[in-house]
Amino acid sequence: MLKALRVLRSQGRQYIPDPRRAAPAGFRGLPVLSERPCDEGCRACADACPTDAIALAPLRLDLGRCVLCDECARACPAGTITLGPEHRMASGTREGLVLRQGAAAPPAVAVSEALARRFGRSLKLRSVSSGGCNGCELELNALGNVNFDLGRYGIDFVASPRHADAMVLSGPLTANMREAVELAWAAMPAPRFVIAFGACAISGGPYAGSTVLARELLEREVPALWLPGCPPHPLTFVSGILDLLGIDLPR
Amino acid sequence: MSGASTFRAAVAALPTEPKAFFDAAKARLAGGARPVTFWGQPADDPAELTLTLVLEEAGRLDALRTAVPRDRGFHALTRAHPALHVFEREIFEQHGVKPHDHPWLKPVRSPGAGPAGMLRYPLYAVEGKEVHEVAVGPIHAGVIEPGHFRFMCLGEVVHHLEIQLGWQHRGAAALLLRRDPRSLAPLVETLAGDASVAHAWAWADAVEALAGLAASPELELWRGVGLELERIAMHLSGLAGLANDVAFLQGSAGYGRLRTTVINASMLACGSRLGRGWVRACELRLPSDRPLLEPLRAALALLERDVALVDDRFAASASVRARLDGVGALRREQALELGLVGPAARASGVALDARHGLPGALYARLPVEPVVEATGDCWARARVRMREIGASIGWIRAALDALGEPAPFATPVGPLAPSTLAVAVRESWRGEVVHALETDAAGRLRHYQAQDPSLRNWHGLALAVRENEISDFPICNKSFDLSYCGSDL
Repeated sequence: MLKALRVLRSQGRQYIPDPRRAAPAGFRGLPVLSERPCDEGCRACADACPTDAIALAPLRLDLGRCVLCDECARACPAGTITLGPEHRMASGTREGLVLRQGAAAPPAVAVSEALARRFGRSLKLRSVSSGGCNGCELELNALGNVNFDLGRYGIDFVASPRHADAMVLSGPLTANMREAVELAWAAMPAPRFVIAFGACAISGGPYAGSTVLARELLEREVPALWLPGCPPHPLTFVSGILDLLGIDLPR
Repeated sequence: MSGASTFRAAVAALPTEPKAFFDAAKARLAGGARPVTFWGQPADDPAELTLTLVLEEAGRLDALRTAVPRDRGFHALTRAHPALHVFEREIFEQHGVKPHDHPWLKPVRSPGAGPAGMLRYPLYAVEGKEVHEVAVGPIHAGVIEPGHFRFMCLGEVVHHLEIQLGWQHRGAAALLLRRDPRSLAPLVETLAGDASVAHAWAWADAVEALAGLAASPELELWRGVGLELERIAMHLSGLAGLANDVAFLQGSAGYGRLRTTVINASMLACGSRLGRGWVRACELRLPSDRPLLEPLRAALALLERDVALVDDRFAASASVRARLDGVGALRREQALELGLVGPAARASGVALDARHGLPGALYARLPVEPVVEATGDCWARARVRMREIGASIGWIRAALDALGEPAPFATPVGPLAPSTLAVAVRESWRGEVVHALETDAAGRLRHYQAQDPSLRNWHGLALAVRENEISDFPICNKSFDLSYCGSDL
């Protein structure tokens, strides 16, 4: 009993009160592309990118492919690309993940009235990893810990697809898992939706060029929420899902 | 240097005739040499397959190589040395070259088998009126990677477990050859994403060896700090999972939030909670000019104090001990015979730790003693992890004292030596990670063999659950804490 009390006292209060406003110290997050025009013919950033996330003339960075590795920022001779501390980089659309130069809006998630009405007070998630490296899976598990405490919003991971409203996909979707993923999706009752968690799920990420992937499910069922990163920070997930469902919106 | 964890040799100096190769391999294995890795790759002559066996013997790494005719195959070493079973299965699966007289030549990953192929896996069947089978996975009830487990049970007791992997196969080996080997770090960090620092360090060791460069003492100290932070974080994660699996929620919450402290310290130093970016070849990267020494020491002090409280509570809980004591026991002889590595081996009394066995300059300066337990059960595997957290905290403190405030630097890597093989070993939290890179005559990458410790440890789990209740499988699995993707690659 005394030991239990000692643990309790040492633990104190751990939860993050407002995940949207949290500023994780040192986090290498959302890339920012300054307005400065690139030098003619320079392709240092694109050549350094391990996932072909960068297109040139005009400069664009596809956050859906980006692994936030910082290689582009370090290669750029002019400091045009910097990776800042912003963790809010979820998008409601795939196109929203393509960043352009200048003060263009970062990715954003609009409230879905339909999803908010159905799931705003209770959302059950089924996680399916298909080629995930355990980076994404660790961060999905972290969502349930005492820091991020996703359960306080009525959002939980459940054991069966039968009980789930949304499937959280992580990993690039391997060919060997194709049937299992399809079966899990088929087992989920409608209404249901897909959340793409991490660069691998969104685009294949570092494995986009692999010949042993099967991404048909994601081509057919367009995710309602795209969560970039390698892996995404749990705060990216929490902020994104709260935005999508219109939970605790800042006034 | 003796005890170095990286081996480098000119490819031309390696090959021997098959007879000499197998005679030498058998003699050295029988004499106590430990197999580190064994792989096949296309030879110059398309009718042949090149085989490379890496051994650790008397604190040194060494490589033996030969070429065998593809159509004739070779006589398997597994029957005499079961620790090689998975390597010879892998050689057969990848190249179709048969290791004759292999006792159990079943698939390792079923690469690209697709749905139909995965359903045709040759699961071992136990026959008998009382036998019933329980199939679990590939998708499991939690947030976890996929794998298939087939239990052959007599009542509630597991007589035999078949583990079918390959679901996670992402074709990593081919992708490792597509880019300049010097810039592969972001991909290497995802081979087993919970051991990013260990894999990236082994890659960097091999690349630096091929480039004829050596990491400075400062760089090695900093990498060592990153590796131990990764170890503490994943040991806490494993203990939290174990606590959760025995429904001891205070332990799960306590270990879980302490993991947050560790990975946030990692993030402060490298920008990522999982140590992504900590290791780059010939480079010490820091995200900004923020001082790190003081916040890292503060995190260690908090950990040392609070982990002890949770450990104390966890170890004193009768319900925890009732679930973990004596469950999933693996004997020392089994661990040695199977060639287990990492905490799974150490929990069964095998004093194997690359930081100790292949210390190099870094661990000669700041030594690591293997943390060994005798009983080989789930509690022993938990105890190893609890004790290693304390040891890692102490090691990081000493490393920071030796290092002082880290300063960033970057040295160009330069061209890689042609026709050279480099093999590097690093002790991840899960056991030894092995990366072998070989260049061709133009200094381009010819072969990349990346190996996660999980590859060899999965069969240990299968043996550990025998004669245990099926309801104890989750804690057995969690206590081994193996990587699915790291094995499937």
